[in-house]
Amino acid sequence: MIKKTDNLNKNKIISRRLFVLVAAKIGLLGIVTSRLYNLQISEKQKYEVLSDKNRIREWKTPPQRGIITDYFNNVIADNQRVYQVHLSLEEVSNFNNSIFKLKNIISLKEDEIKKIYEKKEKSKPWDTLIISENLSWNEFSKLNLYLHELDGAKPVLSTSRYYPYSNDLVHVVGYVGDATTQDIQNKKKIEENFVPGLKVGKIGIENSKDTDLIGNHGTKRYEVNASGKKISEISYNKETQGENLRTTIDLEIQQLAQELLKNQAGSICVMDIYTGEVITMASSPTYDPNKFTHGISTKDWNEIKNNKLRPLLNKSLAGLYSPGSTIKPLVALAALEYGIIDTKFKVNCKGHDHPYELYGERYHCWKKNGHGWMSMRNAIKQSCDIYFYEVARLLGVDKLSLIAKRYGLGSKVLEDFFLEEKKGIVPSTKWKKQVLEQSWYLGETVITGIGQGYIQTTPLQLCLMTAQLANGGYKIKPNLIYDKDVDLDIIKSKIESEKNKSVSQNILKDQEFKYYERLYRNPNNLKLVLDAMYGSTNEQFGTSFRSRHKEDKYKFAGKTGTSQVKRITDQDRELDLDLEEIEYKSRDHALFVAFAPYDKPRYSLSVLIEHGGSGSKAAAPLANKLIKKILDRHELREKIRKDLKNIA
Amino acid sequence: MILSTSLNSNSYSFIDKLRAIDYFLIIIVAIIGSMSVFSIYSTESGNFSFYTKNHLTRFLVFFSMFFVLSFVRVSFWYRQAYIFYILGILLLLLVIFFGISASGSKRWINLFIMNLQPSELMKIAIIVCFARYYHRIQSSDIQSYKYLLQPIILLLIPCYLVITQPDLGTAILIAGSGLAIIWLAGLNLKYFIYSGLILLVSLPFVISILKPYQKSRILTFFNPDRDPLGAGYQIIQSKIAIGSGGLLGKGFLQGTQSYLEFLPEKHTDFIFTLFSEEFGFVGSMLLILLYALLIYRIIRIGFSSRSFFAKLYCYGFASALFLYIFVNIAMVVGLLPIVGAPLPIMSYGGSSMLSIMLGLSIVMSCKIYSRDSIGN
Repeated sequence: MIKKTDNLNKNKIISRRLFVLVAAKIGLLGIVTSRLYNLQISEKQKYEVLSDKNRIREWKTPPQRGIITDYFNNVIADNQRVYQVHLSLEEVSNFNNSIFKLKNIISLKEDEIKKIYEKKEKSKPWDTLIISENLSWNEFSKLNLYLHELDGAKPVLSTSRYYPYSNDLVHVVGYVGDATTQDIQNKKKIEENFVPGLKVGKIGIENSKDTDLIGNHGTKRYEVNASGKKISEISYNKETQGENLRTTIDLEIQQLAQELLKNQAGSICVMDIYTGEVITMASSPTYDPNKFTHGISTKDWNEIKNNKLRPLLNKSLAGLYSPGSTIKPLVALAALEYGIIDTKFKVNCKGHDHPYELYGERYHCWKKNGHGWMSMRNAIKQSCDIYFYEVARLLGVDKLSLIAKRYGLGSKVLEDFFLEEKKGIVPSTKWKKQVLEQSWYLGETVITGIGQGYIQTTPLQLCLMTAQLANGGYKIKPNLIYDKDVDLDIIKSKIESEKNKSVSQNILKDQEFKYYERLYRNPNNLKLVLDAMYGSTNEQFGTSFRSRHKEDKYKFAGKTGTSQVKRITDQDRELDLDLEEIEYKSRDHALFVAFAPYDKPRYSLSVLIEHGGSGSKAAAPLANKLIKKILDRHELREKIRKDLKNIA
Repeated sequence: MILSTSLNSNSYSFIDKLRAIDYFLIIIVAIIGSMSVFSIYSTESGNFSFYTKNHLTRFLVFFSMFFVLSFVRVSFWYRQAYIFYILGILLLLLVIFFGISASGSKRWINLFIMNLQPSELMKIAIIVCFARYYHRIQSSDIQSYKYLLQPIILLLIPCYLVITQPDLGTAILIAGSGLAIIWLAGLNLKYFIYSGLILLVSLPFVISILKPYQKSRILTFFNPDRDPLGAGYQIIQSKIAIGSGGLLGKGFLQGTQSYLEFLPEKHTDFIFTLFSEEFGFVGSMLLILLYALLIYRIIRIGFSSRSFFAKLYCYGFASALFLYIFVNIAMVVGLLPIVGAPLPIMSYGGSSMLSIMLGLSIVMSCKIYSRDSIGN
């Protein structure tokens, strides 16, 4: 039996113990409360951010590229509707299975499947994979038919780059392809707007103007659940299309140029001699840029790569050739400007039996029987080598080099616009010391006088050179993209005021020139040279006489050039083989530069045919056709120019 | 006469009984109950479907049961205390042979109308059993080895059976409730200190026998970022949900963490997280206050009871209830490892609801028959 006293005692104990317990409970409650306070009040911001990170996911939507047109607003790089199939990874239950099914429906090749698996490795579980970028209508409709069997597969209507004039403009416009890690690292604009599947410019204008063309990606913000499934759209910041670009190219002339170059390796460039607008920049052979948009197949790639005529080389600005006789007007001009010769200066060309001799070395004219006594005008007109050997010797390579550079040789015509553009070589004694660490030989000066030896130029440089001679000797700014600030009238008035400026004593010293500044000392010297070029095309015995236009309005002046690929031996000279008898690789390059119309020059052009033989036979006839087309389209171009000016 | 007077002192008219009921306690339970229904409703993103319907039904059924069983005389519980305990053990044994497994543990018996979790009943059984055990022991005898060993054995049997299910959380709650009564009965403090030290020493050994998932839970508790998508996921997401709730919460049915399924087990162990996300710090404190009031009322009933059984039971149950609540909340706020312990009344789960309501009905019976001095 429990006693009463014990009961009291027990009661006391229980109460005391309860008190301790309650105290402990209150303490623990305090801990929980302070923890809740900590989480919900003190660190609320942190957890709110984490919660939003959990529930909100951003999807980037790809921007559309800007459209590229020619000067006349013909679209040369377009966005085309394409049918695609995307695979939403979070909705796919069995990836291998899905790919297997898709393979049967849309006929995926083994290497394509390999690429898809590689892409999958890199993507996140909620990403969308592009399985095929460009389905045929047949495949697309078949896909829609079997869609219920394909979890996660989505038929998508998208846009992709399309070049309507496929082969004709690839060397100007370039092409696009998937952005590589390098592209993303190199261009901030690409990095900022990167979306899986984004196409970026690889070469040409597409590459140079990528920053303008890409546009800005859009952002769709979705609320998602724990497994990444989209629940609702929160906001959509729409993507913006890239800027549209107008180039200075005339599509029709470009197409004619490509047509003229068909089945040959070569280049044709046409330029406005005042505005510097590049009207045509054709390079042959070409290839289809559309093949690159969705990744080129190995077969197509090999075909392009293994073509002996090198379609990938943009010959207009990355092909380097000895200018040959096309440099003679420049040599003559230099000699006149420095007062080395005057118009009465004559040299006797006596044919192969009596070649030009210097320190025991013999230098021949191209004409077996010789030209006889040659004045400057005749020497240019008939392209006498002996005359220019002598003039070059008297002038010296350094003065020649200075004038050649002044008129556009030896530096990039379009500055850094094209990655592949080469600057070529304009040799001088200093250049040879620095680069080859050798001293200059006089014999090298002599052959530089006829555009052989170390000198290397691009067809676009020759075109610019001709333009700057034809416009009366003023520096212009070549451009491939229409620029509303380039105003013909302003340029012409600038040139007019330069013409009347008193010329400084230092005009013939090495110096930097601003755009539209005069490059010459005496305007008569230029006139003499241009007149000689007129003779070359429009007078009997002129090297391009056969390619002349008889109609006054098409009359042009030009200069042929034949650039030796290998040294001509005495044996070659003896054999005097016809073009067809020489191995292709050993044939001379044919060159021609011209400006038109003669009385009021406006356009310059250069033609190059690789291994085409002589300039007068292979290159000059093309200029005949081109110039007619260029001049026929002149009025139209001027009308557009006025319209554009009025809009601006 | 003598008989009648003795009857009088121990008999209660129905009116007396109704008067004696602690209505305040009932109201608190009803409020928490309705809060729980709304919370479960929110876990289903505002659809009145499976879980909500089930939970509402169970709450109504067990709440009524609580009311009815309140009129069972407290002496009945006293007399049947050991039977209750033995029944609990038998059911736990039954689980071993006929139990239903779910997600790697075997805890339930199929009773056709519901799956019964005997370990939940054991939580109450151990309190009733210990209350009876210490009811008759003189305070001077409590420190003797006989009276020390007996309850420890009584406690170890169910704990062992529950741990092996495995269900560490419930085992800890059973052990905690048992120890609370042993403490209340007046066992010398030194024993608690000793056993605490022994536990500390044997901790490495205990950890070595834990299941891999239990081990990873404990490791995760110390560093949830160890495996943010695996073991640490629950606690990280729970903290994000509670933290982002802020002062006033995201609003009813607006809890993005639960609505978008970032919260695991949101209708059972993590119901507090959901509630806290939607109603914020203020809501959480209100809920905790309600629980505190409930515990206070239970202690008050114990205080005014005459018998030691009723006192020990009420204090013990109040402590157990506190322990359940504390372990659950501490767990979801990241103060304790995730061990799997439901929040009383709030969490979805029939057995838990049953045992809490049963426990409350015994408390109420102590109140109604407070004048009874059992066994004297």
